[in-house]
Amino acid sequence: MGAADSGVGQTRAAATRLDAESAEWLQALAGSGSRQEAALARLHAMLVRIAHGEVRRRSQRLRITGPELDDLAYQAAADALVAITGKLGQFRGESRFTTWAYKFVIFEVSAKIGRHFWRHPSVPFDAEDWDRLPDRFGFDPTQGAEWRDLLTALHRAVDEQLTARQRQVFVAIVLNQVPLDTLVIELASNRNAIYKTLFDARRKLRAVLAADGYIGNDCVGSS
Amino acid sequence: MNGWSALDHFLRTDPRDVGCAEAMQMLHIYAELTAAGAPAEQGYPGIAAHLRACGPCGEDFDGLLAALHSEKD
Repeated sequence: MGAADSGVGQTRAAATRLDAESAEWLQALAGSGSRQEAALARLHAMLVRIAHGEVRRRSQRLRITGPELDDLAYQAAADALVAITGKLGQFRGESRFTTWAYKFVIFEVSAKIGRHFWRHPSVPFDAEDWDRLPDRFGFDPTQGAEWRDLLTALHRAVDEQLTARQRQVFVAIVLNQVPLDTLVIELASNRNAIYKTLFDARRKLRAVLAADGYIGNDCVGSS
Repeated sequence: MNGWSALDHFLRTDPRDVGCAEAMQMLHIYAELTAAGAPAEQGYPGIAAHLRACGPCGEDFDGLLAALHSEKD
């Protein structure tokens, strides 16, 4: 994975001018007394609204409903408020203040959903039912002769070519469909580290399958 | 998407992909540009590559974009 074209440098260089509304937010939240209290209350109400909208948006894919979903939204808003007020000095004006603040509550919703599934796993994280593999990629059972060799080769590559950690992450996320944010908690890791582990595993598996003639050896953006 | 293309898509990696840490750091900027109709993908190809490949970060991006659009409702 590369970072040279991410644009961090260009945004930092441009991050000196605040729009009037963002400046007002910063002054009020960093201040004291009734003005600060009013700003905190206003920000909290905004975060609750965004959190509710986000859990509603995701609710159809979750096995969480009703009061539990509401609790999750309120907890996400409360924790986001703490995170935002603790990081006011890190806001550099690269976006509006409210957009920056919304990001925190979206991240909190994700983390809390991940924690929910960690407490209530549908399958053990380390279960290994390789018969699930065709279904995970949507292979047609009636055309098994066409893909059986490919998936056998994939299984062999997972066993023989991946590191123990890569294999553990592949099994949890691909075979057992453990959400990545849930695996982060189970492995006491972070999203970036788990993604990087899976990224390296994917690249390694593709190279092995390509070398054996099962798939092409191209990767996006490398030309 | 059938099995072959799904597996191909899963195994396909983009060397421009910046990873979760950087995408999360920049998400508010990228989302605001996108919501404004600016060519965010051209300015930040590494973020765009990551959001296409990473389910959780893609979900967060969709959520942030929905939050921005909800301001206009």
